[in-house]
Amino acid sequence: MTERKIKVETLTRVEGEGGLYVRLQGEQVQEVRLEIYEPPRLFEAILRGRPLEDAPDITARICGICPVAYQMSSVHAMEMALGVEITPEIRRLRRLLYCGEWIESHGLHMHLLHAPDFLGFESGLAMAKQFPDEVNRGLRLKKHGNQLVDLLGGRAIHPVNVCVGGFYRIPSRNEFQKLVPDFEWGLNAAIETTRWVAGFEYPELESDCEFVSLSHPDEYPMNEGVMQTSSGDQIEISDYREEFQEQQVPHSTALHAIRKTTGRPYLLGPLSRVNLNRDRLSPSARQLADEIAFEPECRNPHRAIIARGLELVHSYEEALQILRDEHSTKQPRMTYEYQAGVGMSATEAPRGTLFHRYEIDAEGKIVEADIIPPTSQNQAQIEVDLKAWVRQVIEKEESQVARLCENLVRAYDPCISCSTHFLNVTIERS
Amino acid sequence: MCKPRLAVFKFASCDGCQLSLLDAEDHLLAVADAVEIVYFPEATSHMEEGPYDIALVEGSITTPHDAERIQQIRKDARYLMTIGACATAGGIQALRNWADKDEFMQAVYATPDYIQVLETSTPIAEHVQVDFELRGCPINQYQLIEVIRSLLAGQTPRTPRHSVCLDCKRRGTVCVTVAQGTACLGPVTQSGCHALCPSYNRGCYGCFGPALQANLVSLSAQMEREGASKAEIAHKLKNFNAYAPAFRTESTRLVQLEGDQRG
Repeated sequence: MTERKIKVETLTRVEGEGGLYVRLQGEQVQEVRLEIYEPPRLFEAILRGRPLEDAPDITARICGICPVAYQMSSVHAMEMALGVEITPEIRRLRRLLYCGEWIESHGLHMHLLHAPDFLGFESGLAMAKQFPDEVNRGLRLKKHGNQLVDLLGGRAIHPVNVCVGGFYRIPSRNEFQKLVPDFEWGLNAAIETTRWVAGFEYPELESDCEFVSLSHPDEYPMNEGVMQTSSGDQIEISDYREEFQEQQVPHSTALHAIRKTTGRPYLLGPLSRVNLNRDRLSPSARQLADEIAFEPECRNPHRAIIARGLELVHSYEEALQILRDEHSTKQPRMTYEYQAGVGMSATEAPRGTLFHRYEIDAEGKIVEADIIPPTSQNQAQIEVDLKAWVRQVIEKEESQVARLCENLVRAYDPCISCSTHFLNVTIERS
Repeated sequence: MCKPRLAVFKFASCDGCQLSLLDAEDHLLAVADAVEIVYFPEATSHMEEGPYDIALVEGSITTPHDAERIQQIRKDARYLMTIGACATAGGIQALRNWADKDEFMQAVYATPDYIQVLETSTPIAEHVQVDFELRGCPINQYQLIEVIRSLLAGQTPRTPRHSVCLDCKRRGTVCVTVAQGTACLGPVTQSGCHALCPSYNRGCYGCFGPALQANLVSLSAQMEREGASKAEIAHKLKNFNAYAPAFRTESTRLVQLEGDQRG
C-alpha cells in the first residue's frame, strides 16, 4: 500500500501565514494538519502591567482585518470590570462600527479571496479581467465598509476613536448623512452579490459540526448575547472558560479549542450565525435567504460565502437605519473610577466569536489578559472537515487534492495572525 | 516592455499594512496593471520565485527561521522596502525586548518548547540592508502608492519627516495639550496620519514613530511639569514604535532616572 504525503507550504488568500499537511495510506486518510506557523506575538503577556485604556489600541494590532472586533470585545470586558453602563446611543454606534467591519471584511473575502476559487482564478485581481463588474462592485462594497469605520473609528485599519466607555468624539449628523446615498446603492449591490455567489456550483460536503454563535433575543448578534449552540445549549459569557477549552498541539502556534462537555470541536462564524439566528436577520436579508432557498441549517462549509452575503445585506440595512436616524449623540463616553475586578466579553468578529477576559487592579492596570480568537477555536473543526473532504477527493492527483483542500480552508476565512497564540498544504500518501 | 515584478512578504505582524494595498480600492486595479504582482500570498495563489524588482516587507524578525528567510528575500530583491512599524521598528511585539522571553512564552503557551522564538523582535534593517522604510501602524496607503510610483519612475521616494504638530496647525485642530491638558506625542511623532488622533479629541500615541530631530527630552520635561511621572511617560513611548532608537533611548533614560531617584 503506498503512502502519499501532500503538502501545501503556504496557504494563500488568507490573512496570515500557515500551511497544510495531509498523510494518506492507500485510500485511507491518516492525518490532516492545519499548520499555523505565524510567529507568536505574545499579546496576552504584553498587556500585563499596562493601563486598561491601552487594551483597545493594543489588541486592535492583533489583526489588520478585524481590529474593530478586538476593540469591541476589549471595551465591553473592561466596562464589565469597572461596572460601567453605556447608553443606548453608544451601544447603537458600536453596532454601526461593527457593520462597517463586517462590510469591509465580508466584501474583501467574498470578492477578492474566495470567489476566485469557484470561477477558476488565482486571485481577485486576475478575475477582474473577465468579471470587471463583479470585482469593481466588490471593491466598492469593501470601500463603503472602510469609509464607515474611517468616519466613526478615525481610520479603517486600527481605528483610534474607540475607548473604554464609548468614543472620543461622535461625528456630526451631517457626516453620517453623507454616507446614506452610498449605502443605499450598497444595499442593492450586496443583494446582487449574494444572488451572484448563490449561483456558484458548490461541491457536496456535509459537516457534522456543532454550530456556535452569540445569540440575542431581538437582534442579529454582534456585541451581546449568550452563546447558543445547535445542540440547544445556551451558555452565559461568564461560563465561556468552563464550556470551551483551549489545547496546545505540537504542529501549530495556534491553540485548538473543544467543547468540554462533548470533547468535540465546534464551528464559529457566518454559517453558524445565520443557522442559529436567521429569523433575526434584517428584512431584506431574510427575504433574500428565502428567495435563494438557502437551507435552514446549511452544513456545507463551501457555502459559507452565501452566509457572508446575507450578513453583508444585513449590515448594509442595519447601518442605513442607524445612519439615517443618528442625531449626533450628546454624550460620547461614560466616565468611570478605577476598581479592581474581572471583566469578560464575547463579540462576533467577521470570522466568529471573539472572547476577551481581563483582570484589573485598583489602579486600573491589567493583571491578566486572556484572548480567544475565532480561528483558533475553529481550527480543530477545520481539520475534521478537511479529513471528510480529503476522503471525498482522495482519488485525484496530489496537486488537485492540495488545491481542493486550500479551497475548503479559504471557505472559513481563517484569520491566521489572530489565531496565534496559524498555514502550508502537505499531503503524504503511503 | 516587461512590467516590474512586485512581491509582498510578511513576518511577525497583523497583515494591516499589506491590507493597505488591497484597501487602495480606487487604485488597486491600476497598481495591479502597472506592475506584475508575482508574490503576494494574501491576495493571490499565483506565486513566482525571485528575482523581484520591488519587495515590500511587512513584519518584524522574531524567529530563527524568519532571520534566515529575510536573507534570501534581500538576495532576490532589487529594492527592498519595509512597510509599517513592525518592519521598521520591531512593532508592538518588541516590548518583549525588555522582558524575559521565556516568561512571556510561559504566560501564553502551556508547552512553550513546541515553538521556537528569538529573544527579541527586531526591525528588518537590523538584519539586511533596506532601501526605503515606510512608517506607520498602519502605513498610509497614499504614501505606499506614492513610494511604489517613485520607485517605478526611478526616483527616490520622499515622505515627510516633520512632526504631527505641523499637521494639526494645517488642518486647524486646536492643540489638545494646550486647550485640554491632554498628553500628546504629536511634537515628537512623524507626520503621515494627517494628525488623526487630536482631530478625534485624543493625544497622539506615536503610530508613525519618532519625527526627524524630535526633542524627546524636552517633551518629557513638559509632561512632567504637567504632572506625569517618568514611568508614565516611558510607558507612553513603549508602544507600537517602542524599539525605534529615539523612543527607545528616551524611555530607557526615564526608567533609569526614576530608578536613581528611588535609590
